[in-house]
Amino acid sequence: MSQGFDSVLDARGLNCPMPLVNARKEIGKLDLGQVLKVISTDRGSVADFQGWAKIAKNVELVGQETESADGANLYVHYVKRTA
Amino acid sequence: MDAGTESKLAIDPSRLQVLEERLRDLEKRLAMVEGQAAEDRVALIVFSGDLDRVLAAFIIATGAAAMGQQVSMFFTFWGLSVLKKDKQLSGKSLFQRMMTLMTPGSSESLPVSKMNYFGAGAKMLRVMMAQKNVSSLEEMISLARELGVRMTACEMSRDVMGIKDSELVAGLESGGVASFLADALKSRTSLFI
Repeated sequence: MSQGFDSVLDARGLNCPMPLVNARKEIGKLDLGQVLKVISTDRGSVADFQGWAKIAKNVELVGQETESADGANLYVHYVKRTA
Repeated sequence: MDAGTESKLAIDPSRLQVLEERLRDLEKRLAMVEGQAAEDRVALIVFSGDLDRVLAAFIIATGAAAMGQQVSMFFTFWGLSVLKKDKQLSGKSLFQRMMTLMTPGSSESLPVSKMNYFGAGAKMLRVMMAQKNVSSLEEMISLARELGVRMTACEMSRDVMGIKDSELVAGLESGGVASFLADALKSRTSLFI
């Protein structure tokens, strides 16, 4: 079962720290409890989003998955705004 | 409840007073400890004016700000070049003029710490980073500002090197060691770059 979401951020092609920075900006536009789906090509973003969720008090990482598209890996993160 | 337990529960006033005093003392100490606890804060000293090191500083700064940390950056000595927008020679001593001529006039002309080859290395690194879609240093600086990163120019080194306010970009704070330490002592992480 795939994770539900309310908004999508396409961060493909962006490198550290931009997927995180853009996700931070984007999640501020959501309501509490809503989920942002972030699509990234940056392999490092997997650990980065885990670190963000661990430190920040206003987000929760509700899911992560890796997809393959056109021979490239896509790293997908689902982040919920909690505060 | 029988009379026996009731008498055990009854606290005589002098003992109550002692307990109240201890409680007040504990509350005071707790408030003190809370006042000293680290905040969600990161403090960076940017001493270097090398492109590669400064990039690392700004990646940490913007990343930390995005993670919800309050970020303070203190620019001192060679790091002040990052904040320059202009070179001016008038009203400076001979040594200060020499320093002005031999240091970069803006973030765009920073050298790399290794393999600089009179700026060719720095240009090459910028091209390589652009090819990998990494934001440029200038993009990161404006991003840092947008994210509310506090930037302070060290007053003492600015004065020694003769760097004028009109040579620096707008929106900077000016301060010394205490202004850095005031933030650093409350930070979970402090880095000297």
